Amino acid sequence: MNPVPTNDNPFAGDNSGIQQRETAARWALRVGSYIVVIITLAIMLHIFIKGAPVVFQSKWPFVNTQFLTELPATLHVIEDQQGNHIETDVNGADAVKKKLGDDFRSEKTISYSGGGILGPIVGTALLVIVSVGVALFLGVACAIYLSEYAKHGKFLEMVRLAILNLAGVPSVVFGLFGLGAFVLTAPTFVDVPADRSVFAIPLGFTTLSFEGWDTCVLSGGFTLAFVILPVIITASEQCLQAVPQGFRETSMALGATRWQTIRYSVLPFATPGILTSSILGIARAAGETAPIMFTAALAFKDKLPWQKDLPPLPADASIFAHWEQSVSRFLGIFTESVQALPYHIYTLAAKIPQNEYAERAQYGSVFVFLVLVASLAASSVLLRKRLRAKYRW
Amino acid sequence: MAADTPDPTVAEPLIQVEKFNYAYGDNQVLFDVDLNMCSEDVTALIGPSGCGKSTLLRSINRINDLVDSARVVSGKIKIDGIDLYAPDVDVISLRRNVGMVFQKYNPFPRSIFENAVYGLRVAGIKDRHDLEEAAERSLRSAALWDEVKDRLHEVATGLSGGQQQRLCIARAIALQPRILLMDEPCAALDPIATARIEELIHQLRGQYTFVIVTHNMEQAKRIADRTAFFYKGRLIEEDETMNIFHHPRDPQTEAYITGRLT
Repeated sequence: MNPVPTNDNPFAGDNSGIQQRETAARWALRVGSYIVVIITLAIMLHIFIKGAPVVFQSKWPFVNTQFLTELPATLHVIEDQQGNHIETDVNGADAVKKKLGDDFRSEKTISYSGGGILGPIVGTALLVIVSVGVALFLGVACAIYLSEYAKHGKFLEMVRLAILNLAGVPSVVFGLFGLGAFVLTAPTFVDVPADRSVFAIPLGFTTLSFEGWDTCVLSGGFTLAFVILPVIITASEQCLQAVPQGFRETSMALGATRWQTIRYSVLPFATPGILTSSILGIARAAGETAPIMFTAALAFKDKLPWQKDLPPLPADASIFAHWEQSVSRFLGIFTESVQALPYHIYTLAAKIPQNEYAERAQYGSVFVFLVLVASLAASSVLLRKRLRAKYRW
Repeated sequence: MAADTPDPTVAEPLIQVEKFNYAYGDNQVLFDVDLNMCSEDVTALIGPSGCGKSTLLRSINRINDLVDSARVVSGKIKIDGIDLYAPDVDVISLRRNVGMVFQKYNPFPRSIFENAVYGLRVAGIKDRHDLEEAAERSLRSAALWDEVKDRLHEVATGLSGGQQQRLCIARAIALQPRILLMDEPCAALDPIATARIEELIHQLRGQYTFVIVTHNMEQAKRIADRTAFFYKGRLIEEDETMNIFHHPRDPQTEAYITGRLT
């Protein structure tokens, strides 16, 4: 390649095509990135435009409190002779019809699209609490063992490979696993084992029966915990590995045991990262639909988990006098099946006839859901920044 | 100095390394090392990188046990005649008696006070008064007290490099060990901070038995009573420091101290 100099400038570009290819490559990559950004923005904007009017309103308190504080209900839409639509619930429908009298033209009912989404919000919150609690405990324990105790070798490589593979398992498989393991066979203490019990161990005062926990928050939470476990283990292990080896050596050289070393000189400095990753785990657990379909979630439930037909505790005493009952009622929350946001969105989108009212409920739910997940992600970033500033080495 | 050194045949050496062979997996790094270190001496281990001197140092408090593949092939290291690798030796109490200072000063990102008393805390001492007393004593010994006494509860990583390394020394001597191992303690420090550490070693001489790995031969000359030269995993020569540097018996030693062997 001998470019013919066109002038005296030795640095003038030649016309060999290298620069054109450079420009083409740069633009191709740039366009690809722009497409990704544009699609993401389009999705966000679409959901915001359609969903924000459902959640926000122009009058005080500017937030549609009904949507956030009521359980889902069937929406009754009554049309009068002038073509006006009146929205009401099942209790108000008769009164509206009576008032309209001859003016009444038709009535439509749309399942789940009235009321609010408090049930799904509460259900998702409970599932997240259980799953993140279980996953953090198991995941951090596993990560500490892998990072601090296990010897390098073939076995450790296999365990790591298994954990990576676990991350690739489709979530519906986790759902079926949860159905088999937690809903149908997990051990529980009962007075009399059920017929479906796989096997029962009499313990005298009670019986340990492998008859499952039924569809409930506990089953769903444990299933979700296994979905996010690989994320938590991998991230926690990376955070532990990021703590300088010198801290471990110094601590041990000062006569600390391995556990003391971990407790005082490794874990405190890995915690920010572990917390950050667990918050991202929360977002993941909150968003999964398939694992809870068979294990915890109902399409519709007209009660919150703590609303049960139980006799009220005697009013004369404080709850402390009946703490055993209070505790068992509190724990009872976790043995209830619930509604959950992602499953509710699925129900609204796929299980009921589509019209403007159903669409409104869908976009409202999706908007609330996105805001929840986004605020979790944001708080994770903030937390990491603050803790990083606190622990520097 | 030569007159003060007890005759090795009379005094029982504190640390005895006997036919010590050490390996990482299949890669043997120490071959038949025989070395005696006497109580209250300062012994310098010198030699080119990869000669095994650090490995020997890290075998004396068994901190190398943390390396998965590390193993003793054969031979013994004894302190007071007790084999450190015998099954009934508790590494925790061994390490309380054999302190260590590392090349890279690495105080924990905690307060200066918490760093100074770390060893005591993990040993189970909870009494605030005892801890404060021990912190002051060890920080004074490490010639750091006057510089930090007003900011004991500030984070230690805010100190200068030399101060951090002296804090690491204070942290090690808070446990009142008999032996202090130092793995290139001045490698990460500037000349002034280095001089202060050397001065400190001079002050502490006699209270502890020092074993110091160094790449700096001038430093070995300045601080060590005895010097051992390692090359390719073998102990080539061990003698009084002045003899090693002025009348080396082995041609390899001479080549190294004159800079012809790297």
